[in-house]
Amino acid sequence: MEILVCARRVPDTSENEIELNSAGNDIERDELVYSVNEADNYAVEEALQIRDRVGGNVTVVTVDSEDGEEILRRQLAMGANQAALISDDAFNGSDGKGIATILKKFVEKGHYDLVLTGVQADDGAAQVGGMLAAMLDYPYASLVNSIGVEDGKLKVSREIAGGNREINEIDLPCVLSIQTGINEPRYVGMRGIRQVASVPIPTLARSDLLIDQGAVGEAAAKVKRIDYFVPASSKGAEILHGSREENANRVLELVAAKGGLN
Amino acid sequence: MVGTYSPANVSDWLVPGRDLFLALQVLGIASFMYIVSKRMVPLVRAQADPRFDRPLTRLGRVFKFWLGQWKHPRYRFAGTLHIVIFAGFILLAARAFTVLIVGVSPTFVVPGLSGRFGPIYETLTDYAATVVFLCMVVAAVRRLVFKPARYAVPAKFGKGHTAAAVFLLGLIALLMVADSLFSASRFAGLSQQGQSAESPAFLSLPWMIEIAIASMPRATLWSLNVGAYLVHAIAFYFLLCYRPFGIQFHVETSLFSVYFSKLDRGTLKPVRWDVPDDHLDQVKSFGVKTFEDFTWKHILDFYSCADCGRCADNCPSNTVGRPLAPRFLTIKARDYVFQHYPVFGKSNNGKPLIGNLYSEDEIWSCTTCGACEEECPLLVEYIDKIVDLRRGMIDDGNVPQSLQKPLKALESRGNPYGKMEKKRGDWTKNPALQQTSPVKVLDAKNGADTLYFVDSITSYDDRMQSIGRATARILSGLGKNFGILGSAEKDSGHEVRRFGEEMLFQALRDHNTEAIKESGVARIVTSDPHAFNALKHDYKDVPPVEHISQVLASEAKAGNLRFNSVEEWPENKDRVYTYHDPCYLGRHNQVYDDPRDVLDSIPGLKRVEMQRSRDRSFCCGGGGLMLFYEPKEEQRMGVVRVRMAAEAGANVIVTACPFCMVNIEDAIKVAGMEGKMSVMDLTEVVDQHMVREVGEKTVTTEKLELTTVGG
Repeated sequence: MEILVCARRVPDTSENEIELNSAGNDIERDELVYSVNEADNYAVEEALQIRDRVGGNVTVVTVDSEDGEEILRRQLAMGANQAALISDDAFNGSDGKGIATILKKFVEKGHYDLVLTGVQADDGAAQVGGMLAAMLDYPYASLVNSIGVEDGKLKVSREIAGGNREINEIDLPCVLSIQTGINEPRYVGMRGIRQVASVPIPTLARSDLLIDQGAVGEAAAKVKRIDYFVPASSKGAEILHGSREENANRVLELVAAKGGLN
Repeated sequence: MVGTYSPANVSDWLVPGRDLFLALQVLGIASFMYIVSKRMVPLVRAQADPRFDRPLTRLGRVFKFWLGQWKHPRYRFAGTLHIVIFAGFILLAARAFTVLIVGVSPTFVVPGLSGRFGPIYETLTDYAATVVFLCMVVAAVRRLVFKPARYAVPAKFGKGHTAAAVFLLGLIALLMVADSLFSASRFAGLSQQGQSAESPAFLSLPWMIEIAIASMPRATLWSLNVGAYLVHAIAFYFLLCYRPFGIQFHVETSLFSVYFSKLDRGTLKPVRWDVPDDHLDQVKSFGVKTFEDFTWKHILDFYSCADCGRCADNCPSNTVGRPLAPRFLTIKARDYVFQHYPVFGKSNNGKPLIGNLYSEDEIWSCTTCGACEEECPLLVEYIDKIVDLRRGMIDDGNVPQSLQKPLKALESRGNPYGKMEKKRGDWTKNPALQQTSPVKVLDAKNGADTLYFVDSITSYDDRMQSIGRATARILSGLGKNFGILGSAEKDSGHEVRRFGEEMLFQALRDHNTEAIKESGVARIVTSDPHAFNALKHDYKDVPPVEHISQVLASEAKAGNLRFNSVEEWPENKDRVYTYHDPCYLGRHNQVYDDPRDVLDSIPGLKRVEMQRSRDRSFCCGGGGLMLFYEPKEEQRMGVVRVRMAAEAGANVIVTACPFCMVNIEDAIKVAGMEGKMSVMDLTEVVDQHMVREVGEKTVTTEKLELTTVGG
């Protein structure tokens, strides 16, 4: 099975202290460190596991600046067969639909039976997967937490409210957005990354994918970020500023006061 | 003539006795050689392990640990029993050799025993055989009736070993009886013939047998003599060839295991002994994945283990019900090698060890505390094997999710918490500290004589920062010219390496080594035993490193560090302190006395010892990445430790390691002993009590959250 995974590079919230910049329109990006988006990492692992079961290839693609190579290298070290970086200044400022447009062109250039995305990027809006499926006219299932391969079809399950699971049959080719927890992604150490250091990663520009300039980039974006802010603590929210001990005691008091401790 | 009374002279069988016994011996020795050569096959296929250096040191260890049985008395009864049996065997070796030869050459005498030493040796060995026989009886009774808990085999690790053990004891007892009967019947026979011979030693086993059979007819005595000889010879060779099939193989292998044992404490074997660090990229596979990835010495260890259970008995992981017992790490490997390298049939390379022989959790469960290695009478190594197995898992990407985040953060931020590098030195920005003992960050302009290597947990953890500040106040109180690396410091990588992520460790090590060299310091001090061990043993080309407790002890001895009496804090009058040895300060680096000496030099301080202290200290739960690992266990190691402290009558546990502090502090809460037990770092105790030249004692000390007891 030929599988494509769309991945994205994001500032890892567990390794950064996210702060607003002085202009208040973005986060402070000077000292950020980046990782592959967590859900995308699960998607890659799932693709690798399917490939190892039924054969085929896994390709990982990202739309990013040249820094995107960092995460592609990591996914290659995980075991992806190939990777591609789609990078062009013309893409800057694209909204979700713009990104989906770019990816659609990439998908059409290859022959993929299955396209996976993470359920959502840490800094995203969970929209690219669905848009991509619609543009390709592929069936789409979101929030997938298990995949079974059965000749020409997949059985996918997703968690629905109350912790229940729903099983769907879906025709190939299709697009799935993968929920975290679907598997246990393998570890990639420095050694693995070094071993794929010389594997070539092709970079594709707008012209390589024959993408219409008017369909992507800031000019085409119909969804624009206009502000970035830290929500003010409202009534009912109390932030504890004491020592650990004091905070723990205060939490106990609060829970007890609301009848939570009997 | 003595020679005539020898089984060699049997003539009424189909073949002469001499020929029969010669054939028996050739067969026995040939079989043994064949079996041993088969046992050598996996050693030859195994990884390189250079153990041929420092022969004198190694011989010294043979004298101490093999001939001297140094570790044995740590278990008083079983150890004494073993020493007696071992001594008996050593004594009986020449006799057994003689007995075997006289069946072929009746007049043979071991050189040196022909003169007046002969009778003395005979007497000694009569008693030796007797004592060994009695030891077999005692050991069998112990196994069958008293059943010490440490010999039990939990169902998950297979069937019990009692039957095999008792069979072995029985074989040895049979050998002793046959030997005694042989010499008793010979003496009785010769006496009846009116010939003189050495009588068996008074009250020995041969002596008692001789009394019982003395009046038997001469023919019967002759038959007994020949029969005893035959039984002895068969039992001897059976035992010889049976030994390479189980724990009894240690009789042969222990000498080599001890000679080739690991000499350097606290160190870790490189990924491959035959590949230097800068060529590691060319190594296809890291660590131990299949059996042949072990080094030959590690496979020799599997042969040498005597299944005494002392490792598991002392293993904190085993104690708290984690799926790891060092004993079975070895026993399972031995079962594996016997199965895959059979004596008859072809050797076959098996499946990966993880998932078949060992479970992942089993291998991640180890805190590398070293209790098992400290206890093992045969100096079997465990930590290097565990780390090699982990290296294999890391290489396969097989790492628990709980460890992946901190590892990734260590790679991108140099600390497992994912905190910003620039905030690493923020613990020094405490106003009180800056006022009294400002800590400089070393760079091109700000040099110092001493580097305080803080490491990640003390730099970033709110509670542990108190250890950093106490250390800084002490160092400046002692007038030391010191500084920290600040944002240029990264995690020492001690646990990164011990969790098997060698390449990440090397990146951290190289970064720190560079930063330390650039700082131009002449020596390093750290308050973290893990950083201490890393800098001392894992790093090369860095200035000498001391743990703060060593600095404190020498300063106290020199009179530069003096203490106010604990009586100056009346609220502390009921405090009873106990010192908990951190594994990487104690067992791995043998620093036991310095922290105790420091505590004892505080006037009026009451200190008690826990039963498990010094080299038998019980691990708190492990440091570094172990804090992120989610073990499967029945209880926490820290809780067990805290209860030990309470049992000793202490209400303050003093430790000298930030990880011990985390684990013990949590354990006090889990055990519901808050208010009854508290934990302090040695630096905090010293900081509180030290006499400062600059004024009142209380000015600079920090109010600690947990310093009050009983309140």
